[in-house]
Amino acid sequence: MILFITAQGKTLEDLFNTKFGRTPWFIRFDSESEEWEAFENSATAQAHGAGVAAAQFLIDRGAQAVVSGRFGPNAYQALSAAGITMLAQPDDSKSVQEVIDLWQAGRLETVH
Amino acid sequence: MKIAVASGKGGTGKTMVSTSLAASLSGQTSLSFLDCDVEAPNAHLFLKPNFTVEEPVEVPIPEIDPELCTRCGRCVEVCQYNALAKIGDQMLVFSQLCHSCGSCTLACPEHAIHEVGKPIGLLRQGKTSHGIDFLHGELSIGEPMPTPVIREVKKATPPGSPLTIIDCPPGASCSVVTAIHDADYVILVTEPTPFGWHDLNQMLGVLKQTGTPAGIVVNQDGIGDRTIEKQLADLPLPILMRIPFREEIAANLARGDLLTEILPEYEAAFQMLYRQILEQTQRSAA
Repeated sequence: MILFITAQGKTLEDLFNTKFGRTPWFIRFDSESEEWEAFENSATAQAHGAGVAAAQFLIDRGAQAVVSGRFGPNAYQALSAAGITMLAQPDDSKSVQEVIDLWQAGRLETVH
Repeated sequence: MKIAVASGKGGTGKTMVSTSLAASLSGQTSLSFLDCDVEAPNAHLFLKPNFTVEEPVEVPIPEIDPELCTRCGRCVEVCQYNALAKIGDQMLVFSQLCHSCGSCTLACPEHAIHEVGKPIGLLRQGKTSHGIDFLHGELSIGEPMPTPVIREVKKATPPGSPLTIIDCPPGASCSVVTAIHDADYVILVTEPTPFGWHDLNQMLGVLKQTGTPAGIVVNQDGIGDRTIEKQLADLPLPILMRIPFREEIAANLARGDLLTEILPEYEAAFQMLYRQILEQTQRSAA
């Protein structure tokens, strides 16, 4: 499973970020190989439609699930059209690694 | 002659000033009144026009023909507003993000995109008992972009109207800039409070860019403090009128009366204000 997590920084030790469209970083985590990679979010610089631009970015990189704090209506529409599972985690004091652990333990809530 | 009434801060008395100015001048000249505060138009509550025309305001948005589209994604690349997304075999159009720029239609190598009208609000027209040509726009609830509706209201102004009075939206952003664009004069209504002063300065910043001559009406005169009074006095703009803070005015306005109906002496005062504006614009043109 290819999981993307919104993050403040570019490592697993960095804090999780609750914004979707304007998060500074995305961490891509492959649950099979346990490999991960950080992507800077270019959508933060967009004056309009950051949510759609960020969703397009993830779709183009094969995302199957994404964890963030909340998803705006446009991002939600794009991600659901792509069949990507959206998971909500409101606590921005957790690290990316802690969020991955929660996900692997099945303790994150799916957004419908 | 086009006079726009703006303020920066909301609730300072733009509509009170613009409607009473229109009523006071309606005996002297034929005039048009445009309520461009399309997110919350309320000038009709005071001027009470009989609306005879109501038409939708539409903006062009792209429609993609799935048969002709090869999913090349060129439209997604050129869109500066992220109003398009390519998801596998699906093309999504986010109409509320679209600014109707037409880039996607132009860029599509397959000519698979054409524009369709999407209604975002209404334009209404009618006449008041004073003989004023009254126009207003109303943005539909949930629509984020007021400027196309404002442009349609302005475009519908009867041609050759010798005097047009524009009631602007609050703030100092795109919608106000659209409303005051091509005005010959801007009346800035303010209240002598730190909020009024702060937002007035935002409007002064806009007017610095447009170069439009302007003057100030101080409403709720007497509230606030002396610091603001001093700052207002130091501005290089004339104070055209002061309207006192009085319960009698507020209570009757809330019932839908014009200021000139509450205090009839204001009719002459607004006619004088108009003469001041004419002199000031002639001077700045010379």
